[in-house]
Amino acid sequence: MVDIGDGQALVFKMESHNHPSYIEPYQGAATGVGGILRDVFTMGARPIAAMNSLSFGMPDHPRTRALVAGVVAGVGGYGNCFGVPTVGGEVRFDPSYNGNCLVNAFAAGLADADKIFYSAASGVGMPVVYLGAKTGRDGVGGATMASAEFDDTIEEKRPTVQVGDPFTEKCLMEACMELMRTGAVISIQDMGAAGLTCSAVEMGDKGGLGIRLQLDDVPQREAGMTAYEMMLSESQERMLMVLRPEKEAAARAVFEKWDLDFAIVGETIPEDRFLILHGNEVKADLPLATLAGSAPEYDRPWVPTPAAAPLGDVPHIDPIAGLRALIGSPNYAAKNWVWEQYDTQVGGDTLRRPGHGSGVVRVHGTGKALAFTSDVTPRYVRANPVEGGKQAVAEAWRNLVAVGARPIAATDNLNFGNPEKPEIMGQFVGAIEGIGAACRALDFPIVSGNVSLYNETDGTGILPTPTIGGVGLIAAPDLAIAGTARPGWIALVLGETRGHLGQSALLAEAFGRAEGDAPPVDLDAERRAGEFILANHALIGACTDLSDGGLALAAFEMAEAAGTGVALVAGDTATLFGEDQARYLIACPLADAKALTAAAAEAGLHLTEVGAFGGDAVRMGGASASLAELSALYRSAFAAAVA
Amino acid sequence: MKAAVIVFPGSNCDRDLAVALRAAGADVTMVWHKDAVLPDRVDLVAVPGGFSFGDYLRCGAIAAQSPVCQGLVAHARRGGYVLGVCNGFQVLAETGLLPGALMRNAGLKFVCRPVELQVTTTDSAFTQAYRPGQRITVPIAHHDGNYFVDAPTLERLRGEDRIAFTYCDNPNGSVADIAGILSDNRRVLGMMPHPERAVDPAHGGTDGVPMFAGLMAQLVGA
Repeated sequence: MVDIGDGQALVFKMESHNHPSYIEPYQGAATGVGGILRDVFTMGARPIAAMNSLSFGMPDHPRTRALVAGVVAGVGGYGNCFGVPTVGGEVRFDPSYNGNCLVNAFAAGLADADKIFYSAASGVGMPVVYLGAKTGRDGVGGATMASAEFDDTIEEKRPTVQVGDPFTEKCLMEACMELMRTGAVISIQDMGAAGLTCSAVEMGDKGGLGIRLQLDDVPQREAGMTAYEMMLSESQERMLMVLRPEKEAAARAVFEKWDLDFAIVGETIPEDRFLILHGNEVKADLPLATLAGSAPEYDRPWVPTPAAAPLGDVPHIDPIAGLRALIGSPNYAAKNWVWEQYDTQVGGDTLRRPGHGSGVVRVHGTGKALAFTSDVTPRYVRANPVEGGKQAVAEAWRNLVAVGARPIAATDNLNFGNPEKPEIMGQFVGAIEGIGAACRALDFPIVSGNVSLYNETDGTGILPTPTIGGVGLIAAPDLAIAGTARPGWIALVLGETRGHLGQSALLAEAFGRAEGDAPPVDLDAERRAGEFILANHALIGACTDLSDGGLALAAFEMAEAAGTGVALVAGDTATLFGEDQARYLIACPLADAKALTAAAAEAGLHLTEVGAFGGDAVRMGGASASLAELSALYRSAFAAAVA
Repeated sequence: MKAAVIVFPGSNCDRDLAVALRAAGADVTMVWHKDAVLPDRVDLVAVPGGFSFGDYLRCGAIAAQSPVCQGLVAHARRGGYVLGVCNGFQVLAETGLLPGALMRNAGLKFVCRPVELQVTTTDSAFTQAYRPGQRITVPIAHHDGNYFVDAPTLERLRGEDRIAFTYCDNPNGSVADIAGILSDNRRVLGMMPHPERAVDPAHGGTDGVPMFAGLMAQLVGA
């Protein structure tokens, strides 16, 4: 949760739903979105934006198409119905995800800073109230499944995937918001992993109290459920609350208005016990604090990732052929096929839809706006976990800066393989070291997070994928950098270009090589470049960060979005496709370019004129192709590969 | 102009529609679906987009049975104005106030993007502020916007000049590219595109403004 001024706070988090999505893509992804939305509105924050970071196996792998179709439909099916705009995200393909896709869902919500709700119970003898949907047998054991490696018994795990009902969640959210306004809520906790067990224990533990539950009073979808099933069901759209007894009638009225179940299922007790009663039988009587607090802490053995071998020679490639290799790949092609299945505008405050850099959503009724981005470059993290971890944070930071937002905070979703393997644990340790260093250097705190381990199938791990969800604040409309390039404008690169091709997108897509070290991240340079952009926003017509695909891809994307050609002076592979960090591509009129150049000289920063926008062709050095033809490839390649 | 925006469980464009109506100068009241009686002297009843009752059974089918729809139908029968957007159009079709049905998109996917529409008639309060044949850009966001009517009804809609908007590049398979239609008294409009998402320069376009302005012009002081 971060303060965004004017008495408002932004609550945000990202969570994985990887294994459920691989087993049952639609429901797995849908309930991933539902879970993260619930986490946000449980605190009293109304969700205003969602993103998702998706990683799939190769398009020609037999499962990939069905997974892409199901996951995208599931994300849309839940978020669209719930009524939250999806404003950003990523989609990538790599063989390491063939047997283990990643679905990382992000949600952000707005709350009044003095009206945040927490899960800690307080007061003895207070009613523990169950709200929302009924409990069924779905998702029993889901949390256990999600933390195990996959093998050939995967089909048997389908019943452990929960089934989502976004309509009930929308009603639950509205009801919770109304209930919170009545002053009846002492504490509130959503039922997620391990359902009633986890939520009840967490509420009691945080409040230093015991909890007694009478399972006969739990609203049930089917008859004959055992205590075990009820306690471990992961039926969705359920909440547990501790309410002020004197407000029970008001609370009940709210839930009757929304036609949701409302039942007192227990009470807080002074003893340190977690007491579960079913019929006349005591089904469990456990010390609650020990249950919550004495989870084992692991100190796993790990080995540092060995330094990558230096990159060998990269053969010359015609720049247009290199660009075609990128934009013809589903990794870098336009993703309209995906995000046009998401409602990107519900709420009427979306200022920048997905497709180019950060999504931007206005804070309703104000001149403020928030920018959202999610980023990571897994192949960098594999080659060099520390630099790769830094890079993920730096790229998120840059994406926010490029729309004129002051980066304020981030969340991380750390997806790794089996941590019992010292080399995987080494990736984890290294990535966290890099993420931490970057957050400190950029004043960009990680305020929440989620870890997903054991992302392996038959012993093969995924690329280490620490997704960073970044949030930035645009304090006033005139601070936004919102334009598109125009014919006649100059193209400039801020930051130093050295031509780092190791682990680059070009190397992967054009040559099928994953070699060399990740690009080094100079956090001081990142900071200085970003501050320069923010300070000079008024001179910048359009801006994007340079990342995958380097200058060539960034310039093409900027030109394509504007419907104008571009001519870059450089024709060499390293300058065009190198992925040096701490760089931005800027487009602006000549007069502003001169002013920016002077400002950069004064700040001691590299600002280089690299070309100009205009015409109907994309030119790089001596090579050229028509924008229309490249655009057609860029806009059709994704669907051609996976639809 | 006094407007009522109906809120069903699952409505999610109710606030957006209220914002657009207020920006046009309307006095807006939100009405909960369990209220069988509308506020006094309402000029316009607006049925918003979203997923009323989760789109379960059939889009709009359960909402059409809500108590508030009795008031809505009575209002329309008295000659009151009604605007149904997206799910609201589906609800109006289910109440029988408008002919036809909205089926699953021909592409079977949810589609959210700005689309170009042609204003097919300016003979209504909703469309009078547009030029005849004007092309406007308005976002769509739906899974079930594939409009269908039988051939005789289509002929009648055409003959009575009741097709309000058509798609320039049909995104969902609708018969005759229909994006919005009027009732026989021209006071009930159902449309799949979201005019309330095109009323602010920050939306990227303001082609929805003339619709609300046209309504205001008709109903001001009414």
